Amino acid sequence: MFKWLHPLAKPETLYHFCGRLFPWLMLSAVSILLFGNIWGLVFAPPDYQQFDTVRIIYIHVPAALLSMSTYTMMAIAAFIALVWQVKVAQWSVLAIAPIGAVFTAISLLTGMAWGKPMWGTWWEWDARLTSQLILLFLYLGVIALYGAFSDRQTGGKVASLLALIGIVNVPIIHFSVEWWNTLHQGASITKFDSPSVHPSMLWPLLISLLGFYLLMLALVCLRLRTAILEHEQHRPWVRATLGGH
Amino acid sequence: MVMTFLRRELVLLGRQKADWLNPLLFFIIVLTLFPLGVGPEPNQLRIMAPGIVWIAALLSVLLAAERLFRDDYRNGVIEQLVASRQGLMAFVLAKAAANWLSTGLPLVLLSPVVAMLLGVESAAFVAMMLTLLLGTPLLSILSVLGAALTMSADKGGILLALLILPLYIPLLIFASAAIEAASMGLPYSGQLAILVAMLFLALALVPLAVASALRINVS
Amino acid sequence: MTDFLRARGLSCIRQDRVLFQALDLELSPGQLLQIQGKNGAGKSSLLRLLAGLSTPDDGEILFQGQPLAVQAEHYAASLCYIGHHSGIHEQLTAMENIAFWRAAYQLPYSDSMQLLGSLGLAGLEDVPCRMLSAGQQRRVSLARLWLTKAPLWILDEPFTALDQQAIQRLQQCFHQHLAAEGAIIVTTHQALSQDFPSLRTMELAYRW
Repeated sequence: MFKWLHPLAKPETLYHFCGRLFPWLMLSAVSILLFGNIWGLVFAPPDYQQFDTVRIIYIHVPAALLSMSTYTMMAIAAFIALVWQVKVAQWSVLAIAPIGAVFTAISLLTGMAWGKPMWGTWWEWDARLTSQLILLFLYLGVIALYGAFSDRQTGGKVASLLALIGIVNVPIIHFSVEWWNTLHQGASITKFDSPSVHPSMLWPLLISLLGFYLLMLALVCLRLRTAILEHEQHRPWVRATLGGH
Repeated sequence: MVMTFLRRELVLLGRQKADWLNPLLFFIIVLTLFPLGVGPEPNQLRIMAPGIVWIAALLSVLLAAERLFRDDYRNGVIEQLVASRQGLMAFVLAKAAANWLSTGLPLVLLSPVVAMLLGVESAAFVAMMLTLLLGTPLLSILSVLGAALTMSADKGGILLALLILPLYIPLLIFASAAIEAASMGLPYSGQLAILVAMLFLALALVPLAVASALRINVS
Repeated sequence: MTDFLRARGLSCIRQDRVLFQALDLELSPGQLLQIQGKNGAGKSSLLRLLAGLSTPDDGEILFQGQPLAVQAEHYAASLCYIGHHSGIHEQLTAMENIAFWRAAYQLPYSDSMQLLGSLGLAGLEDVPCRMLSAGQQRRVSLARLWLTKAPLWILDEPFTALDQQAIQRLQQCFHQHLAAEGAIIVTTHQALSQDFPSLRTMELAYRW
């Protein structure tokens, strides 16, 4: 595995690798998302209590799950960047951060839109909402910290360090907020032995989730390619590849 | 080595009194603003007191954090400590200790006055003292971390708040919970134990992160 | 033993600008290496690479035959680096600054008062450094060279702001260090006024 990964640390190789991967990821993401979301939003049965408002879960739940896994992905990249001094890992931290922030924001906004009819309020100081909001702050902190340095390399390293500090803090923040106040319903999909979601709704949800994951990976590939070009613009291979001057 | 460094930090604080006096004044002023903002109703103030005190403490520690490494960075002390390696960790610990002695400890000492201003009862008052005593060292350690991260950044100030305030949240939750429990006559040793646990965890991990942040910032 | 300090194929890129590329460098005990070049040619960046402060974008640095990364502590202990900034705190007195550096480098006790006197700072030991002139501040910062036992010195523009007498004094100190099998890397704009038999110079070209 390491042997296979190692050449990818070279910017040029990774650029072409992402370039080859991107169309497939994007194509499958779009088709799976269309399939899953149309199934979920149009054909899946409405909830017996929540009626049609439940349909927002086909976007809300994948976005919320992705916000966490994207953060984990970013932290792993940050770890590689700091421990083995791999430059492309450092660039991918900054490539991933805004995507994660957007997913976090989507999960918050859809959650609010659902909360208004169901809980009767746009915002409730509940544990999950609060920790999601703090997660958004952590993402924004990483992005802002990178932006504050005129030297991009220092900025990238410091932002990676912050991402790593964040991942240590995420569970602490999560549990303390949980302990502080809980109103949000518990996890629904992860209880696989006795899923509290009916299969007719679970399947479109899982398919949407897969679609969102693929979309995230496709976007990461795209942003990483841009970041590589930006950082390596003076290297000969970039000129050779782009054919310009 | 830590003691020599700590003595140096204290000498510096003695010569730059504004560095630690201003945050203290800020703490008192924020506290006087709250009754003006939310109304002077004594019962309401008593309920809100723990939160108010802690938020004012967070903000004033944050205010003191900004200048922590600035001078030593500008005149190259940090750069040369990083090159010599052995002094760096002791330097970080001395900074955190000096920051607590100059900002955290005065807040603890000021808390009787604060309690009087906000009409806190004696049970809650003891809890407030204890949480401040255990919580302010953690605040100092985390603000050293924030200052180290943003040391060579072009714009410090607001950025520091954005980075560090989310990390303060667990501390804020458990400290206010302890004071609230105390004011209702409930035991609160559990919350205090969690504060101690967080403090030790931070003491173990944060200096490492600070040292590497300093290293990155001078590279 | 020629393998005291050796750098191979170093390159350094700052803010998308290649400062130097494929640079080789070798230093043995008793040698003085003077690095010259225009402003912005990358002299300071090279010294910072050699001091282990930053990592090269390409190439490697070996100390006593081993890469820096595997023996960072040992290398740091063998090194006295005085950078472009003085490393003295302006609010502290000369004595306090020296006490700080003595603690940081864990140097044995010696008479700082006498040392400062010999550097022409007698009577100024207890004045905060911000009251001193630039040249006097530079002397306080260079005082470390008389205290340290490190075999390798890396000095960035040590002669800046010094008067003739202090420049001579510093070069005598170089002589002593080289005679004791030490090695020095120094950047300067002007040529050294004293004669060093082991002197080698290196020119860094400014490039776009």
